[in-house]
Amino acid sequence: MERVLFGDNQFFGVNHSSDEKARAQTIRFQEDDAIMAVLDTAIDEGINTFMCTTHDRIGDICNRIRGNEKYKDFKIYPCMPYAHKYANAVTELGYLGTIKQFVPGNIFTTFAKGGLAFMKKDFNELARLMIDAEMKMFKGIDTPVIWVQNVITDLLLGLGMTDFLVTYYNHIKEKYQAEPGFITMNLPLLLDTLEKAGIENPTICASINKVGFRMSGGIKKYEKVISQKRCRLVAMQVLAAGAIPPKEAFEYVCSLDGVESILFGASSRANIRQSKSIIDGNSVLVHG
Amino acid sequence: MIRAGIIGLGKMGISHCAILGAHPDVNLVAVCDSSSLVIEAFNKHSRFKCFTDYRKMVAEMNLDCIVIASPTKFHAEMVHFALDHSLHVFCEKPFVLNPEDAEILATKAERKNLVNQVGYHNRFLGTFNEVKMLLNMQALGEVYHFSGESYGPVVLREKGSTWRSQKGQGGGCLYDYASHTINLIHYLLDKPVDVAGTQLKRIFSNDVEDAVYSSITLSNGLSGQLSVNWSDETHRKMNTQITVLGKKGKIIADATEVKIFLKEANQLLDLKKGWTIKYLTELTSNVDFYLRGEEYSSQIDHFIKCITTAETNNKSSFRTASYTDQLIAKLITDSK
Repeated sequence: MERVLFGDNQFFGVNHSSDEKARAQTIRFQEDDAIMAVLDTAIDEGINTFMCTTHDRIGDICNRIRGNEKYKDFKIYPCMPYAHKYANAVTELGYLGTIKQFVPGNIFTTFAKGGLAFMKKDFNELARLMIDAEMKMFKGIDTPVIWVQNVITDLLLGLGMTDFLVTYYNHIKEKYQAEPGFITMNLPLLLDTLEKAGIENPTICASINKVGFRMSGGIKKYEKVISQKRCRLVAMQVLAAGAIPPKEAFEYVCSLDGVESILFGASSRANIRQSKSIIDGNSVLVHG
Repeated sequence: MIRAGIIGLGKMGISHCAILGAHPDVNLVAVCDSSSLVIEAFNKHSRFKCFTDYRKMVAEMNLDCIVIASPTKFHAEMVHFALDHSLHVFCEKPFVLNPEDAEILATKAERKNLVNQVGYHNRFLGTFNEVKMLLNMQALGEVYHFSGESYGPVVLREKGSTWRSQKGQGGGCLYDYASHTINLIHYLLDKPVDVAGTQLKRIFSNDVEDAVYSSITLSNGLSGQLSVNWSDETHRKMNTQITVLGKKGKIIADATEVKIFLKEANQLLDLKKGWTIKYLTELTSNVDFYLRGEEYSSQIDHFIKCITTAETNNKSSFRTASYTDQLIAKLITDSK
């Protein structure tokens, strides 16, 4: 993984500190051209990995990138699923209706014949079908790491359904020949759980910041786990939704030996350049 | 360890299930759902004992507490049953369909000294608690108006086939969305007692309303507006906002930030003249297990803490939820 990964929250109106800022961003990025322009800027500034959710609009971005010489070294790290799409569908359509809507039609009808009975027999197969549905938009794109979103990771973690995390892990390795990644808000618990399930040195993305925001169990527990280097770690929410000034925020996370990559999102060239250069400047010492 | 069971594994039930499953003081032992698909999945992939009959679950599992997250029309019957078996009860919102049942159940739980809570999670949000503190400290002086709003993208097309789209079952924007807004108004300002000019609007649903607009009066005489719409796709997810206007200034708050405008600086509260913005990051403390917002974990923590410390002064009790149910009934009557 590259040291710096570029995120997508700013494009889709996700802002953990302000719904108002989120709305302004939604307005700014309603055309794909606006998103592409920022991605081009990130590439100019030396960032070649885009970590993004499987939002419908990413499909359009993929169409622009696919086969384009300009993006031949550009990588996408998909994060699945875009949870609100499913959560709203469950409220409106129920579980079965949601499965019907999102599992591709032709695949669904193959087991719709046996209907419910088929699904009940093999929930892991259903999970694999849903992963494949989410991955469709990335066909022909370089996706060396494929992530499962924190709401799913942590849901399965809380439910104790570790076998689905293993199913995910194996399916991504086997079918996509990619590294499976787990996004989580509960790093210490997840790491213990994955190791118990036989997954060694997993790739994990977690909230890591100087003020301890969304670091479940507390910052001390996190720092201890990070220093043990039991996983390949991506730090997200490094700025704690803007609560920490960039220099201080990146210096802290760069000082943690055990963090491999840092994820951040920004909309302007100035912010992208500043963040990248602070990370690069502070990484030389630690990573040589 | 508190022995817990869950009835209903829909969106909220599953969320509670994961939070309880990871809770250090809780031993979640059983789950119950009427859907064979869901129960089969839990049977095959979870460690919980699975039931399709909640009475059987209660009879067999020696529970201390129960989380009820079934469709609203079943709440009253299930809560009665749980209280009869001396279980502490966490019930999803809205509490019950008939406000008289709400009062009976609140009294019953209080008499039996059982912990009773309804899942109004906004009461556990850092931003709204900041607003409550500011109002208690008279930051705005005499308050003369409020507005409570919730918007989100639930029903965006003319279809839908769950209990939430059916009349008389606790579906519709009024029960599902507006209950949150009403309950929050109560939590921050005072008990809502009267309504006027209510409009329940159907936008895409055939059988239930998709939007609720009304004027509300609180028991302290303060009046304000309620505006709720679950067919608004300009919001990525449910967004609840409260605005309070007073003679000394104004507060606008949602789940992520509190914006305070003061005509004059308030030294006691360390607020300057003009705008002060406070963000969730500084107003929220860490939880032991995070799933989808600190408030969902915090409300369960609170419920468990009320049980372990024998404290029945619950922050979101049946009693407070019964006032929300009463107001919902008044909104329905007023709209006719």
